[in-house]
Amino acid sequence: MSGEAQTSWLGRLNIDSLSIWRAIENPSVSEFVGAGAALVAIFGGIGALVLITWLRAWGTLWRDWLTSTDHKKIGVMYCVLALVMLLRGVIEGVVMRTQQAFGMGGGFLAPEHFSELFSTHGTIMIFFVAMPFIIGITNYVMPLQLGARDMSFPVLNQISLALTATGAALVMISLVLGEFATGGWTNYPPYTGKDFQPGPGPDYWIWAIVLSGLGTTLTGINFAVTLYKERAPGMTLFRMPIFCWTVLCASIVMIFALPPLTLAALMLAADRYLDFHFFTNDLGGNMMNYVNLFWLFGHPEVYLLVIPAYGVFSEVVPTFSGKRLYGYNSMVYATMAIAVLSFCVWLHHFFTMGQSANVNIAFGIASMAIAVPTGVKIYNWVATMYRARIRMTVPMIYATGFFFLFTIGGLTGVMLANPVISYQVHNTLFLVAHFHNVLIPGVLFGIFAGYHFWFPKVFGFRLEERWGKRAACLWVVGFCFTFLPLYALGLMGMPRRSVMWDDPAFQPFMWLALVGALTILSAVTALGIQLWVSVRNRAATACPLGDPWNGRTLEWSIPSPPPPYNFAQVPQVRTRDDFTDAKATGRAYQPLSAYEDIEMPRNTAIGMIVLIGSTLLGLALIFWIWWLAIVSVGVMLTALIGRTFWLNTTYTIPAEEIARDHQAWLAEVHAAQRITRAEETQAANRGRAALELPQGVSV
Amino acid sequence: MTQPNAKLHPGLNLGHHHGEAHNQAETVVFGFWVFLMSDLILFGLTFASYITLANNMGMASGPTPADIIDLVNVFAQTVLLLVSSLTFGVASLTMRHKMPAKVTIAWLGLSLVLGLAFLGLAALDFLNMANQGAVPSRSGYLSGLWSLVGLHAVHVTAGCFWIMIMIAQIAVLGLHPIVKSRVLRLGLFWHFLDIVWIGIFSIVYLGGLL
Amino acid sequence: MRNPDFKAELRAYLLGFGLALALTVVPFAVVVFGPGTQGLAIILITLCALAQLVVQLRYFLHLDLSEQKREDLHLVLFTVLLLGIMSIGTIWILGNLAIRM
Repeated sequence: MSGEAQTSWLGRLNIDSLSIWRAIENPSVSEFVGAGAALVAIFGGIGALVLITWLRAWGTLWRDWLTSTDHKKIGVMYCVLALVMLLRGVIEGVVMRTQQAFGMGGGFLAPEHFSELFSTHGTIMIFFVAMPFIIGITNYVMPLQLGARDMSFPVLNQISLALTATGAALVMISLVLGEFATGGWTNYPPYTGKDFQPGPGPDYWIWAIVLSGLGTTLTGINFAVTLYKERAPGMTLFRMPIFCWTVLCASIVMIFALPPLTLAALMLAADRYLDFHFFTNDLGGNMMNYVNLFWLFGHPEVYLLVIPAYGVFSEVVPTFSGKRLYGYNSMVYATMAIAVLSFCVWLHHFFTMGQSANVNIAFGIASMAIAVPTGVKIYNWVATMYRARIRMTVPMIYATGFFFLFTIGGLTGVMLANPVISYQVHNTLFLVAHFHNVLIPGVLFGIFAGYHFWFPKVFGFRLEERWGKRAACLWVVGFCFTFLPLYALGLMGMPRRSVMWDDPAFQPFMWLALVGALTILSAVTALGIQLWVSVRNRAATACPLGDPWNGRTLEWSIPSPPPPYNFAQVPQVRTRDDFTDAKATGRAYQPLSAYEDIEMPRNTAIGMIVLIGSTLLGLALIFWIWWLAIVSVGVMLTALIGRTFWLNTTYTIPAEEIARDHQAWLAEVHAAQRITRAEETQAANRGRAALELPQGVSV
Repeated sequence: MTQPNAKLHPGLNLGHHHGEAHNQAETVVFGFWVFLMSDLILFGLTFASYITLANNMGMASGPTPADIIDLVNVFAQTVLLLVSSLTFGVASLTMRHKMPAKVTIAWLGLSLVLGLAFLGLAALDFLNMANQGAVPSRSGYLSGLWSLVGLHAVHVTAGCFWIMIMIAQIAVLGLHPIVKSRVLRLGLFWHFLDIVWIGIFSIVYLGGLL
Repeated sequence: MRNPDFKAELRAYLLGFGLALALTVVPFAVVVFGPGTQGLAIILITLCALAQLVVQLRYFLHLDLSEQKREDLHLVLFTVLLLGIMSIGTIWILGNLAIRM
């Protein structure tokens, strides 16, 4: 291998790799911030372990969660991972805004440290917050909406989660050991090549991305096959809830757009480890191909995130408007159009790289064209709400914020799709404002809307409304203060990723943005308080009967939380929004004539073996500990292959048990008070909705 | 949704009374097709990257295709891989027609031997190139060539291991429906690698020499 | 080996193999013996490669136009579309950049 001489059995890992040691040796504010983060990571981890031990929860955790192949459990674990990483990402954002607010002529962070911050912030927010959150919600909701018992490949699902968690773990470990890349979330060579950054930073990025990217590709395959093969009888493609359609589009992106990223990262790894010349300055390398490959992934990626968020809004808006979705077919076609178009626009991320105007024009036009199907969607949502009896619950607050703010973000996107404008504002804060403007109101608000909407399905009690509304309003306001000033700063010419600046005219906008960032921090705090309050008062908001919002799709037709097998009998679907139809025509909550045994996949520890093995593999590659790399690959392969010799992978839930639970639940449902929408947020709402049809509107 | 009694994938014949198991097999095979398509994107973009490097700039005054390509070796590799595709097809036929397990094992073993011979020739080719100084660290073009052909070789290696595992599984578990379904998927993988090889010999070797 | 289905299916495999072999030998011969111009050779190699692709998909991977292969076929065609966009786009963009450097 290239580089320094190998002396230790720990590769290039030594005492100087510890960020805390660096802070002791070389004290400065910047190093203390880094060491503080490392301490938070260490004590956070230890704290979690102590808490689990104190609660004597290890057995439960292992049996009911870590080794579970249940799509619902896996979905929840994805969301927990995303929430933890969200906390770190938001704090990093606030630190960066603080640095820039005081950044005239200096600030308190060292430039290297600031670069590390924006690199981890971007990487975490995209790969370890937005993606796991979307995947987690989908994992939970999609099989329920399809009337399926589980995903097509439950064990693969567990392995995907393990690989995603590996990536997140590597990024967290980089706080303590070594340092993360400083090349931004895009990690462009040649700056990240070994000539300029021989240290472990870019390697952390590479292996976090490659390993978690593999997990995401496998997830995409799982989603797509589940959608094709596991739909309940009668559920044709055009009877699927829109959320499932959006998941199909997202899985297309996961299957086809992740390979370019994996390839780009592996080619960069070949350059760094094996002295290849893909992206180097000399001997025929071409770093522009990296940019090309990265955005071949990068552009579809934003649609991977935002299309399922559209799907969430397409469920939330009809439910809280009490009407069916306006323009279902046009919604489907718009979604598919966006999915395909998203593969035709990647060059707009590098208009200024030097290709001819004709190339730029072609991609500019394609980029603007995406605004058309997106416009169709906004129109459909607004038309759904038109003349409806809208309930302004927390998800609807997020949806409303989304309509206004996302439209602004989309329009600035159309501006940026014009190469002439893009040349002017290239690499300025205008761009930063734009993509936060689509990602926060688009993706994050969609995620939060889904979190509030489906939380009662997952845990059997509703989230507290008042703190939810506070958090939602703080998010909207905080977003506006943080990012709208950045448009102005960008137009004034401030480059992105600047650790410092020297134009006094920037100062007022910087203060505004800092106020906004602190508001967002308080929004996150409000979400935390809401969760705490909700868990404490869960008896008062319990809705175990399963239908707190007068829901329209199959997931609301079963108890909350659902049993492991989801449906006592696989439902027979007759129409779109089948549960609404079932409630209107009296098909819902009917006793079953006969129950059958249900076969479900057994628990397996394979996911945990992959998690530990691939984390060690990542660390071994990052720190050149070759023996450990070989051992960890060997252990994982042995476990995976060994498992294939084991054919007894399912267990049977007896029909009597299913009958007992189902009949008990049905009896409760029939005895329960039917709740009108006016009482929706009160304690009386235990999840049995009264039939309410808006006048003049058919179901 | 395919009905249980519809015509089955070749190599897979679980009979009419295996409706549930058959649907499961359909799902798994479809999933494997999706995986192959994802893998195809990986190969396709490796091809595209190779093409962007196979020019004077990418060769950086280093070895050119004419200096390093041994067409006889490449032709031999091509034939070996093609014949192994055929023998694998025969293996899946013997399984589909419920011939004794040892017949299937024999044909799988033959495919394995041909695959290993292919890898041997590929290794020889790489060694000859390295001896001429045509290593990936010499130029972008050579990086592209080594990574593209190497990616394929890694896949074939994985395929060879997979054949060994399947031979072991047939020996241990017999021709259980799950084992049959795995052999079927392995067949898809093996044929897929031969298709990728068409691209490699057409673009990298023949195209390079023109 | 008395089963008539087996024989018919084996014959199909052998036919596919024969076609594939022929479509391999032709391009190699074109390059080794070099008849015609370079442009012609490139066209021949491309046509043979595409033909062999179809032959292998048809005879080895059993992809055809029948109803029950429809999902697989759609998948393959969709993948080819996306791969075409991505790889042709890549070659176009980087070729354009190379010309202007």
